[in-house]
Amino acid sequence: MDFQVIVDSLPRMLSGGWLTLQITALSVGIGLAASIPIALMRVSRNPLLWMPVYGYIFYFRGTPLLVQIFLIYYGSGQFRGALESAGLWTFFREPYFCAVLTLTLNTAAYTAEILRGAIRAVSFGEVEAARACGMSRGLLYRRIILPKAFRLALPAYSNEVVFLFQATSLVSIITLLDLTGVARIVVARSFAVYEIYITAALMYLVVTYGILFVFRRVEFRLSGHLRERPGMAGVMAEEISSAVAVR
Amino acid sequence: MLDLKGYGWMLWDGVQMTVLVGVGAMGLALVMGLLGAWGKMSKSKAGRATADVYTTVIRGVPELILILIVYYGTPTLIQDVAENFGADIIIDINPFVAGLTTIGFIYGAFATEVFRGAFQAIDRGQIEAARAIGMSQTLAFRRILLPQVWRFALPGLGNVWMVLIKATALISVIQLPELLRNADIAARAVRLPFTFYFAASLIYLAITVVSMLALQRAEAWANRGIRRA
Amino acid sequence: MRKIVLAVVAAAVVGLVAGGASAGMQKVRIGTEGAYPPFNSIDKSGKLIGFDIDIANALCAAAKFDCEFVVQDWDGMIPGLLAKKYDAIIASMSITEERKKKVDFTHKYYNTPAKFVARKGSNFTITPEGLTGKSVAVQRATTHENFLRDNFPGMDIRVYATQDEANADLVAGRVDLGHADSVALLDGFLKTDAGKDFEFVGPDFNVPRWHGEGAGIAIRKGSDLRAAFNKAIKQILADGTYKKINAKYFDFDVYGK
Repeated sequence: MDFQVIVDSLPRMLSGGWLTLQITALSVGIGLAASIPIALMRVSRNPLLWMPVYGYIFYFRGTPLLVQIFLIYYGSGQFRGALESAGLWTFFREPYFCAVLTLTLNTAAYTAEILRGAIRAVSFGEVEAARACGMSRGLLYRRIILPKAFRLALPAYSNEVVFLFQATSLVSIITLLDLTGVARIVVARSFAVYEIYITAALMYLVVTYGILFVFRRVEFRLSGHLRERPGMAGVMAEEISSAVAVR
Repeated sequence: MLDLKGYGWMLWDGVQMTVLVGVGAMGLALVMGLLGAWGKMSKSKAGRATADVYTTVIRGVPELILILIVYYGTPTLIQDVAENFGADIIIDINPFVAGLTTIGFIYGAFATEVFRGAFQAIDRGQIEAARAIGMSQTLAFRRILLPQVWRFALPGLGNVWMVLIKATALISVIQLPELLRNADIAARAVRLPFTFYFAASLIYLAITVVSMLALQRAEAWANRGIRRA
Repeated sequence: MRKIVLAVVAAAVVGLVAGGASAGMQKVRIGTEGAYPPFNSIDKSGKLIGFDIDIANALCAAAKFDCEFVVQDWDGMIPGLLAKKYDAIIASMSITEERKKKVDFTHKYYNTPAKFVARKGSNFTITPEGLTGKSVAVQRATTHENFLRDNFPGMDIRVYATQDEANADLVAGRVDLGHADSVALLDGFLKTDAGKDFEFVGPDFNVPRWHGEGAGIAIRKGSDLRAAFNKAIKQILADGTYKKINAKYFDFDVYGK
């Protein structure tokens, strides 16, 4: 075990890790924002809305992420002429843009499906009550369904964020120097296969569990009304909390 | 619409390899899943600890890194270990073996969680009854638990399969001639990357659809004779 | 399933044979990349062809070895040698101090310089300052990558798994320049249909510190193949076999000084 190699390459690996975090944050942020309208279109009853969205979700969930990355990065080269005349080639030329675009499209599809499941899981009693007191569609979604759906979606969404974070390792294949990309070139020069890849693996592991920890805290804060109130007798607390727990 | 310029046979060869490595890896994942679930539910602390470390580590590290470690690292590791014992072994870790074992190991961790939930869903009373009439642990496992676990495990295992078959595309990184790699080679030869990657993606979609249909059938079979509430 | 069984059986058989010396000609496995024309590449029928392949066959004949080739991706070339996947590397691998820490090399069997390529008509000043901010495509784990990182630090260096992929992105216009062995670029790129709009720019680069003494044969440390191959290299240089192979591929002397 050659520890000197690890120490020497640590600055470069950390800057690679920083790129990984950047790409993750961008893709998660834009993907989440995009997934809300997509999910709403998906649950709509209007075929003009849900059919194209269903096609998009089906395609991006049914094909490997690596194929999607190659399709957008290398595939755009086939349409360079058309892209140049539309003024878009400067974007598709850059691996960073292609990487974030692909990851965003991918995570938006998965997140939209998670949200769809969560929206349908909101108990109908609440929706009925809201309609009964005259809430409009928009108000119903904004005040009742979406807040509830987000909380229900949290466990599944935390898995999706972790998946996306780990999936960024694939951008090393289109020449980006994220953590995996840096690890590969360091290993190529030093031949310290174990030392470097295990260090990179540990870095991914730590951040993964960091992400899960943050999500668990958020879930904890948001589910306060479902837990026992402090300072009450056991039986009383159970009765009350089971009445209140309108999951 | 998609003019493959005579390289279609490469995609066909590739999809055969993809399915081959996928099925093999799934088999390994099932075995690892059963072992892992057994470890997690075992009475020994060592067993639980090993299984926990297994699922924790595998699910915290990107698949690409694991594939690179196994393919580039394992031969040297075995060499070094063997040399210490004075043996002169030659291990050939080719891309197929490296890819299959890595993917199988990774998804074994996910299968562990599926099996664990599935075993816990089987009515405890049945185990108690089996022990009461004197069945050993192994016999009870083989005759009572195992036949029934599929009903609870199939949906989860189906999900594992759907993710696993797409993960086989990663093995293209170590040059296994599976679908994505062959699409890559063909795309470079005729310089039509979009055409070939799109064709490959449609084939993956087809695999997805076929898998979904097969899973529906399998779930119906596993639930035969069960009254639905 | 069959492949796994075959792999295990093959490994077992090779393992049994590996220990002692075999009767008759010594069996030597040679690792090569197969993705680096004109030195080593795979033709349409799946056969290995190229300068390296011909030289390897000539050396094996001279040293009376029974040689067989093993294809390996470039990243795994030296790890594969150390893991005994093969016994020698004949894949245009440059002899460098860094690599000598892990493996031994024979004397060189050719030496050609490295060059930049760019689109015809582009006006690049080939100096570290002139190229700051420009992007260059280079193959990972090569002396060319190391050379660029150490001497042209201001450049945006993009690494690819094979030279072919690097050339592809150059053609696609994603990078401004390419940098690799001049012969590999000439025969594998500039002379092909894909490279017709490109040309060499700037001077030759052949600095021993990065490019080494030329391309040699890599073998595991302490192996007795080194002496045998060195003798064979001397022999084919002397008896004209080298000249014949050289002439088949190039119209200049690749052996270099």
